[in-house]
Amino acid sequence: MTLSPSHLFFWLTVLILGGPVLAGLTGVVAGAMGHVPGLQNAIPAGDVWGAVWSWPGIGRSVTLSFWTGLLAALISLASATLIMAGWSGTLSFARARHWLAPFLAVPHAAAAFGIAVLIAPSGWIARALSPWLSGWERPPDLLILGDPLGLAMVIGLIVKELPFLLLMMIAALPQAKAATSMAVVTALGYGCARGWLLAVFPEIYRQIRLPVYAVLAYSMSAVDAALILGPTTPPPIAIVILRWAADPDLSLRALASAGALVQLGLVLVALVLWRLGEIAVAQLGRSLAESGQRGSGRAAEIAAATLVATSGIFLIAGFAVLALWSVAGAWHFPAFLPETLSFHVWASHGAALVETGAATLLLAVAVVALALALALGSLEAKPHRCLLTALVYLPLIVPQVTFLPGLQAASLKIGLGSGALPVGLMHLVFVLPYLLLVLADPFNALDPRYRTIAAGLGLSPARQFWRLRLPLLLTPIAGAVAVGMAVSIGQYLPTLLAGGGRLPTLTTEALALAAGGDRRVIGAYGLAQAAAALAPFALALALPRRVWRNRQGMLHG
Amino acid sequence: MAESLILKTLTISAGATPIVSVSLTAAAGEITTLMGPSGSGKSSILAAITGTVPDGLFATGDILLGGQNIATLPGWKRHIGILYQDDLLFPHLSVGGNLALGLAPGGRRTERQGRVKRALSEVGLEGLAARDPATLSGGQKARVALMRVLLSEPRALLLDEPFGSLDSELRSQIRSLVFNHAKARGLPTLLVTHDPQDAEAAGGPVIRLR
Repeated sequence: MTLSPSHLFFWLTVLILGGPVLAGLTGVVAGAMGHVPGLQNAIPAGDVWGAVWSWPGIGRSVTLSFWTGLLAALISLASATLIMAGWSGTLSFARARHWLAPFLAVPHAAAAFGIAVLIAPSGWIARALSPWLSGWERPPDLLILGDPLGLAMVIGLIVKELPFLLLMMIAALPQAKAATSMAVVTALGYGCARGWLLAVFPEIYRQIRLPVYAVLAYSMSAVDAALILGPTTPPPIAIVILRWAADPDLSLRALASAGALVQLGLVLVALVLWRLGEIAVAQLGRSLAESGQRGSGRAAEIAAATLVATSGIFLIAGFAVLALWSVAGAWHFPAFLPETLSFHVWASHGAALVETGAATLLLAVAVVALALALALGSLEAKPHRCLLTALVYLPLIVPQVTFLPGLQAASLKIGLGSGALPVGLMHLVFVLPYLLLVLADPFNALDPRYRTIAAGLGLSPARQFWRLRLPLLLTPIAGAVAVGMAVSIGQYLPTLLAGGGRLPTLTTEALALAAGGDRRVIGAYGLAQAAAALAPFALALALPRRVWRNRQGMLHG
Repeated sequence: MAESLILKTLTISAGATPIVSVSLTAAAGEITTLMGPSGSGKSSILAAITGTVPDGLFATGDILLGGQNIATLPGWKRHIGILYQDDLLFPHLSVGGNLALGLAPGGRRTERQGRVKRALSEVGLEGLAARDPATLSGGQKARVALMRVLLSEPRALLLDEPFGSLDSELRSQIRSLVFNHAKARGLPTLLVTHDPQDAEAAGGPVIRLR
């Protein structure tokens, strides 16, 4: 077999998806045994682990990560399921689904900032209720942000994971033959929601299992939401690992590696528990189905509407408040709106925002261009589809914080250092899977007869790609580029660890500022971050309409 | 160029199980009809000839075109034109763009445009080169699809139930148009259909699969 360019791209993709995770985990294992690059002598493994377990609050960090992660994943999945059960198949749902992708694009950090300015004791919700209802003349002395139970963090995670799971479920609908199944169970006398849960959901869940696992792993190890909304004394284990990994004291890198293994073990235990839960729920569902009980499922429909409205309002209101803060002069509690307006923040941070924003976008464009070439090349080659499916989820399920410290060590060892190149490569590891996920379905949905016709016309495979498949797929490609840009812009941990602080992006800057607690600056950076991620979506919507304005078949097909 | 398309025990198998096997000669300038119930492997035979057998199936046997065995060539070097039930015009290209895509590369721009123009007027579609294919009627699309495949100068023509989506009046009109063009160019033509009227109109040998 000759090695065509597309095969080369395929194997490069395999390398990028699998290589860093494996190298990182290897580095983490070495680090946990006390081997840290840059240190003269290895630290005895016993000392490393002893230091980890005697770290103040480590036990509570571990339990906190475990249960907030499980809770966030559980609520996200339950909400997404309820929404689909109560709402899918209706006309309003068909319209609303177009709004999901931008929700997904909002970086975790920006969404978390929005939630923070809403639910904080001096936040918008408290202001709206004060003083006429609550009687508060000054912000109540409540620990809402960073509550010890991590509930604020759980909310932040749900608001972001819910649209992701919804998109995944919607994508799974056609293959699950949802419409046919619904017609059958409705004819048997089941209400919409109950029928959907009993007949369609099992098939959907089979397809979205890996994304669900990714959500679970992410929720247990998220760094950005935890930094903004999570408890601090003690923080979740991921934050502890991050502090160790970023500490100038190199001997703490060994602790970071050991901590990464603890985090990995935690995720594995949670995945096993989740799997057992799946089996139990499936059993329950079967006996419920066999009982033959009908029900209207009206409750589910109402719950679905409430959930959609709440999470939508949370995100949108959050950004409204961020925008207000960025232009607020005096804004004392309990005033609902700023008393005076001031553009001081935009004036003083404007230049820095533009500069950082440009660097962030430039990095994203470079990464996405490379990822797009790799993704399209791999899909053209399409050998070993199973290998690709498994590998796509590898960087998404193995938590970032468990392999990045090891990768940081490995890249130092081979002299890659820190800066734009390693940051770009790191972003590629997380952008490429999303591009493959978004493009695979449209690519495989192209009528195979086009290929046969084109070959019959004498078009070589290369010309078929450039003249036919590329333009035919322009709309999904534009969408995939927007998703990829959003993923790159939102990356925090890889940018921080691989950049070594020398490549500030909007996200790393925003999180650095979060500690300062200046809401006006946070508002400006949160907005800039969201705008940078959303602008590509606007372009992705507009471009195909412009290019294909005289081609009806490309706009409705 | 009177070339025949000859299939010599062309066999499609799934693993070790043969699905269908056929030997036939489609003479130049003649419409040979392949009939059989659905699932009899008609489409698999066409896929084998175009070199697009789906994953999991494989084809053995010889496919001779003018004495040359094309079975080992990649699809795009075989020059086998195919028409389907759906017109499958490329939606991102204009009518003229669809036709020009099939023209062999090279030649001056005005010359290529001239050939496209002449092809369109040959089927009564003068002046439609700049149109969006989505705005054409069903009959017009079918004619553009026919001209697209003919402009690519195929060495043989395959027809995969190409008239199935047309209503009965248009059907006989397009059918005779396609048959006449294929015969006039001396193309060996293989028609797959389950409609006896198609076979009758083709007027060539009929091979039945079971």
